[in-house]
Amino acid sequence: MASSLSEELTMNASATPIPVKIVVAGGFAVGKSTFVGSISDIDPLTTEAAMTKASEEVDDLGDATGKKSTTVAMDFGRVALSQELVLYLFGTPGQDRFHFMWDELVRGAIGAVVLVDTGRLEHCFPAIDYMERAGVPFVVAVNAFDGVLRHHPEDVREALDIPEHIPVLVTDARHRAAVRDTLVGLVRHAMSVAATNA
Amino acid sequence: MTESNDDSFRSFRVRPYLLTGGRTRAAVDLPLEALVRTTESGHASLATQSRERHQIITLCASPQSVAEISAHLKIHLQVARVLVGDLVQEGHVATHVASTQSTTDRPDLRLLEQVLDGLQSL
Ligand SMILES: Nc1nc2c(ncn2[C@@H]2O[C@H](COP(=O)(O)OP(=O)(O)O)[C@@H](O)[C@H]2O)c(=O)[nH]1
Ligand SMILES: [Mg+2]
Repeated sequence: MASSLSEELTMNASATPIPVKIVVAGGFAVGKSTFVGSISDIDPLTTEAAMTKASEEVDDLGDATGKKSTTVAMDFGRVALSQELVLYLFGTPGQDRFHFMWDELVRGAIGAVVLVDTGRLEHCFPAIDYMERAGVPFVVAVNAFDGVLRHHPEDVREALDIPEHIPVLVTDARHRAAVRDTLVGLVRHAMSVAATNA
Repeated sequence: MTESNDDSFRSFRVRPYLLTGGRTRAAVDLPLEALVRTTESGHASLATQSRERHQIITLCASPQSVAEISAHLKIHLQVARVLVGDLVQEGHVATHVASTQSTTDRPDLRLLEQVLDGLQSL
């Protein structure tokens, strides 16, 4: 019994693609869901997690008092990169109080795309702060709403005080090719980070 | 769909942990993106499975992430993890996240190169 089970597991492991993950962060309504939807093979899905301040409190969630717990919803998409490789794209939940979920999102991730709306530059500060502190490779991508870029990327870099080694890119969340190029930019950046750390 | 979408809130179960007998910790550590696939033993066990376990085993005939299982079954992520963890331990599904592979580490250069190739061929 035990040997046939392990045989099955081995068989299935070899037939299952490797999952990789990229996080899409940024302020509210900056275009995160649009960005994910533009490249996803599937209609973006939503997963919900119960929110707790400390993990010990999780034990209270299912108790008979029916105590209401807060949940956080995250939308995500899936892109088949090859037979062996599948990419998941997760949009971060907006509010700061959901940052506990970000730890989960960035765990093992290739890195993050921090979307910026040039009309509301300051909205991306929490995301940039978070990625810097968590040591997550990231690029800043200026979403050109309606194809109009109101600020040059280098002006955005200066305004946001983004260090030299972090790429500041231009994207268009509604266009698949632009989204793909932004992801390529992130992966190249993650490779240079990985090469530096190796 | 965003965190402000009220419909998606309502569609999820109110007391999620009833499904897991109150357990909140999964037997296996599963990242959101961990791919789950049904085993032959899982297929063979279908007739005897409860509703949610049945749904997971059916869904994962083609590999699905834990996040997808949660989304399709409309169960909380933590609940999906507990149910999948049980099924892994029982051999009804298998997951690709090997115990030798660290889940906190970033993908290595070789994997990143494959990702780059994949993206560029889209
Ligand atoms: N005109 C235009 N609208 C956009 C663009 N990106 C997003 N939107 C719209 O802005 C709103 C917020 O986008 P969404 O992707 O939901 O933002 P999120 O809150 O960051 O997920 C939606 O109504 C989108 O259709 C863009 O590049 N151009
Ligand atoms: Mg959104």
